[in-house]
Amino acid sequence: MITSVGHRVNEALQRLGFAARFFVMLLLWSGQSFRRLHLTIRELYFSGFQSLLIILVSGLFIGMVLGMQGYETLQRYGSAEALGVLVALSLVRELGPVVAALLFASRAGSSITAEIGLMKATEQLTAMDMMAVNPIARVVAPRFWGGVISMPLLAALFSAAGVFGGYLIGVVFIGVDEGAFWSQMQASVDFRYDIWSGIVKSFVFGVAVSLIAVFEGYDAVPTAEGVSSSIKSTVVQSALAILALDFVLTSFMFREA
Amino acid sequence: MSRKLLDLWVGIFVALGLAAMLFLALKVGNLSAGNFAETYPLTAKFANIGGLKVRAPVKSAGVVVGRVVDIYFDTKDYEAVVTFSIDQRYRFPKDTFALILTAGLLGEQYVGLDPGGDEKMLTANDVIAKTQSAVVLESLISQFMFNKASEGSGEQQ
Repeated sequence: MITSVGHRVNEALQRLGFAARFFVMLLLWSGQSFRRLHLTIRELYFSGFQSLLIILVSGLFIGMVLGMQGYETLQRYGSAEALGVLVALSLVRELGPVVAALLFASRAGSSITAEIGLMKATEQLTAMDMMAVNPIARVVAPRFWGGVISMPLLAALFSAAGVFGGYLIGVVFIGVDEGAFWSQMQASVDFRYDIWSGIVKSFVFGVAVSLIAVFEGYDAVPTAEGVSSSIKSTVVQSALAILALDFVLTSFMFREA
Repeated sequence: MSRKLLDLWVGIFVALGLAAMLFLALKVGNLSAGNFAETYPLTAKFANIGGLKVRAPVKSAGVVVGRVVDIYFDTKDYEAVVTFSIDQRYRFPKDTFALILTAGLLGEQYVGLDPGGDEKMLTANDVIAKTQSAVVLESLISQFMFNKASEGSGEQQ
């Protein structure tokens, strides 16, 4: 039994080492892949643009739920006007980056893993190597950078859709005063402290999710079963990484001065 | 899909994302209202600043005229030195009174400026001489208790 535990730890460490080496290689080959920029733009379309619908709709609904629940609680203390602050701060600081990244991991991350894993299973990556085309520069780097660039944009769109959803429920349906809703929001949301931190967060999540997705694909066992288990572990590991990183980043960013 | 169409969709996506960031910055955040273009610094010394924090607003007659930019403790006379940056548009007389006030019962603390009647105006880096410290609830309560206690003992004698 002890040997099997040791074997597992050994294997996990080996994989971590390979992942680190893979990340460095990815960064080194990125320069070459940017020379063919349309590859990255194509990935921006697949992972960014095609995630727009799910991001916008979920953002809208989360904002609407926040509006309803927030109003429910705030009106007990007679401060329903603070609804805008509640909706905006919870979206911009936490929910926007985190939920958008979770959705992105399951929508785009899993498909990146599946694509690269299948390329490996059908030996397309080996074939590229044979033709002196580096598969990291040609296949992996564009997908990685596509994800990294998309993520902050998607998180911002998610937050914006959520604020609009909160506005819709709070002001249009429930009837919170519109001026107070916006002015209190603007008074307590700081650009550098809140919004910029949210953008930085989503960028970090973008790097983590994209790296996990391309690595799991690249490292997949080249069989149907292996690819399916890599897709599964992309989603699981991305979710864990996002939530753990969120805790670390929050404790760095939002400490009272 | 042709490359041109792909570029178009990606362009739309990036533009939407940037527009969302701009919306967050201008409409949700305070980038448009909170930052004053031209400011000048003023300083005031307080015996106690209570819970005043950097970035707290400076208000006069309820209007935000500036922000607290720096707070430090002066070991020469053991007082808190608060620096604010005031919007260039607003000028205050030399005998302006600086107080630390609380927004509502439980709200955040801010600096209030009560203009005096002096003809000379404060200029950059001037020190506001007349200040009033924050009201600290604990000392208020202990004062009240002390008064009550002394009243009680007075009646007995």
